[in-house]
Amino acid sequence: MIPQARLEIQKERVVCHTRVQRNVNLEKLQNGYLFPEISMHELQHIRKYPDAKLINLGIGDTTEPIPDIVAVSMAEYAHALSTVEGYRGYGAEQGNKALRKAIAETLYKDVQVKDSEVFVSDGSQCDITRLQLLLGSNVTMAVQDPSFPAYIDTSVIIGQAGDFEEKSGKFGNIEYMNCGPQNNFFPDLAKTRRTDIIFFCSPNNPTGQAATRQQLEELVKFAKENGSIIIFDSAYAVYVTDDSPRSIFEIPGAKEVAIEVSSFSKFAGFTGVRLGWTVVPEELCFSNGFPVINDFNRIVCTCFNGASNISQAGGLACLSSEGFMAVCSVVNYYKENAKILLETLASLGLKVYGGENAPYVWVHFPGSKSWDVFDYILEKTHIITVPGSGFGPGGEEFLRMSTFGHRETILEASKRLKNLFS
Amino acid sequence: MSLTQNISTSISSSSSSFLAYSVFPYRNRDVSLPSKNFGTCRCVAIPQEEKTTYKTNVSRNANMAKLQAGYLFPEIARRRNAHLPKYPDSKVISLGIGDTTEPIPEVITSAMSKRSQALSTLQGYSGYGAEQGEKPLRAAIVSTFYGGLGIDEDDIFVSDGAKCDISRLQVLFGSEATIAVQDPSYPAYVDSSVIMGQTGLYQKDAEKYGNIEYMRCNPENGFFPDLSKVCRADIIFFCSPNNPTGSAATREQLTQLVQFAKDNGSIIVYDSAYAMYISDDKPRSIFEIPGAKEVALETASFSKYAGFTGVRLGWTVVPKELLFLDGFPVAKDFNRIVCTCFNGASNVVQAGGLACLSPEGRNAMQKVVGFYKENADIIMDTFNSLGFNVYGGRNAPYVWVHFPGRSSWDVFSEILEKTHVVTTPGSGFGPGGEGFIRVSAFGHRDNVLEACRRFKQLYK
Repeated sequence: MIPQARLEIQKERVVCHTRVQRNVNLEKLQNGYLFPEISMHELQHIRKYPDAKLINLGIGDTTEPIPDIVAVSMAEYAHALSTVEGYRGYGAEQGNKALRKAIAETLYKDVQVKDSEVFVSDGSQCDITRLQLLLGSNVTMAVQDPSFPAYIDTSVIIGQAGDFEEKSGKFGNIEYMNCGPQNNFFPDLAKTRRTDIIFFCSPNNPTGQAATRQQLEELVKFAKENGSIIIFDSAYAVYVTDDSPRSIFEIPGAKEVAIEVSSFSKFAGFTGVRLGWTVVPEELCFSNGFPVINDFNRIVCTCFNGASNISQAGGLACLSSEGFMAVCSVVNYYKENAKILLETLASLGLKVYGGENAPYVWVHFPGSKSWDVFDYILEKTHIITVPGSGFGPGGEEFLRMSTFGHRETILEASKRLKNLFS
Repeated sequence: MSLTQNISTSISSSSSSFLAYSVFPYRNRDVSLPSKNFGTCRCVAIPQEEKTTYKTNVSRNANMAKLQAGYLFPEIARRRNAHLPKYPDSKVISLGIGDTTEPIPEVITSAMSKRSQALSTLQGYSGYGAEQGEKPLRAAIVSTFYGGLGIDEDDIFVSDGAKCDISRLQVLFGSEATIAVQDPSYPAYVDSSVIMGQTGLYQKDAEKYGNIEYMRCNPENGFFPDLSKVCRADIIFFCSPNNPTGSAATREQLTQLVQFAKDNGSIIVYDSAYAMYISDDKPRSIFEIPGAKEVALETASFSKYAGFTGVRLGWTVVPKELLFLDGFPVAKDFNRIVCTCFNGASNVVQAGGLACLSPEGRNAMQKVVGFYKENADIIMDTFNSLGFNVYGGRNAPYVWVHFPGRSSWDVFSEILEKTHVVTTPGSGFGPGGEGFIRVSAFGHRDNVLEACRRFKQLYK
């Protein structure tokens, strides 16, 4: 039989590719960013159970209205923009002077942070990236394990992290400082190798643990001995209940080794409004003596154009004495939620951590895979949480529940968890 | 103390904000930095009291060290602030930094006020928004600006402004990408490229950074580069209507550019921040050019349309058809950047953006844009009548004035000294800007008229 060449005329769409190589660093990222991934699971679940009353204790999203005094200040500021006297164009990239001053004086009252050291931003996630841009791809970094995913992800994107190792679930060039019940959620610094940058979040997301004064003194000493820079994330400082430090600058000597990043998100319900700040002390210098603040200023002037003036007006209202009281009472509401969840889970005999100094409870399910527990709880109780492994290999076996939500929702969630686990 | 009084102090009625900020003492114009040299070995018998300054062991990012000076516009602000105390009675007029001055139309601000108020109610409160932006706003952007061009709502990424988007795009492309820019161009393209590590060192004689392809745009070539002389770069930054030259590219020119990008497998980053200023039939979006979706992404801003320079809102369009060499969609990676390095534009501000794109909002924006265009006409006529060769002004809020053979910083200083008007020296935008001055057309009408009176005095 003579093979016949069959001419099949196919309609083929010619797809045009550019000749621009994809950024190899982006290829290294293992999945999408954690929280959009959680959202996807939520959507899938809703499709499966359209009548279920889903409770979201997953993404740490604030739920309670912003106090009137703050909302009104933003409304008034916005209105003033339509008047000749009240119109404002470009603001200083570092932030409105009065707001910088208010942050320094209200939140760093006893630690002598200058207003010139405060850089107002549109939030921590953006600041973390700008800090990575500042530091560049040649620095090495250490993170707590588990930790807020933006530290590692931005490190990968900038090119600091090396390759992902399947076996360990870690990036080769990053130093992971394990924090677990066995070490009271504070890393064994004696076993930690030197890196240029140390990301440290306290009160911690996701474990809810706040470091003690003594622990932070150890950390500052460690940084000093190694010539490292600590990037201290104090986004949850206002949730501290006991006498744990609320700022790294409470520790003597910290100004020479640390940058602090913080946010109005969980403090004032500004998750959608977008406002935060970073403190870069004037004393902080690179190895050649060049002040870090000068380079950060350059980044802020070149890669950013200031936080929205309306958001900044809101921030200023948050720091007035009346505003501060009002936002703190919302924080207390979330802290009450945390207490309720903590008590519920403890009463069920579960090993639960955090919840006292942070709006997160960290539940241990020894021997389990966190995504399995996540799925199980979602399936059986329609409660979204966050699997601990999303925060790093040190989070495996754990589940994070955030304590934002309307009170009724938290109570309902407690009921469902009691039903499931008792 | 009223909030608005706290926010900033006006120096003259034409300045909308006093860019007051303090920077740790450091002379930005120097390449070599004054390093704090303490604690070195001294062979001196007499004990002296000296503070040993602690230094970390973290190396400064070499890319930051490559930058020659501060970012251009804070430098202009610095010069202006230095000028004020010297001439306390002079009324300084700012036609330098392109800062909008006219109030935002009420239809827009009331939407933002309403959204702010709503945040204090149970029903109206919202937390985190989608990082890509609120759906209705993305849809409104498509229908307003990209109707019939095959752009979808999910190709739109809402942001806090073009400058921030440019850096996020650089983070997306990474340090191995090469760029081409117009010369002169908006300084953020070059500066962000240096910071990302895409460039070589600054070459003093050429006034250029190594590894960047500078595409000269001047009167001789009608402010459109001679593409036959341009070397391939991965990314081509192209701004039209142009900042600083004010020139808007024709359909034919942009077709050439798209073809050039296609032939070279390059990606065009098209900056359309001034599109609404176009007076004639020049394209307002790169996507008006067939085939552009496979080679271009577009960045835009509400800053100069709605006076949102302080409010902060913009967007970037990344078509699905735009692919990297390996076929991976650029939009997917940009989405990852937006989700990881950003957390969405402010919800209050996005409500303002939506109001901008309502029929009433669009009319109101057209009026304000028209006002600034009239300013541009006045400035153009002034310099024309003085016998200068003047460019731009018709399709952009910038007038580009030629001072052949003169240093643009010298002309800048002369104008500031003698007329107390702040402009921007062309060389701040690249070596191709030398010999030119950029006069921006934002300002209260009386200030613009007064500035022109003073120009006439000086150059008659």
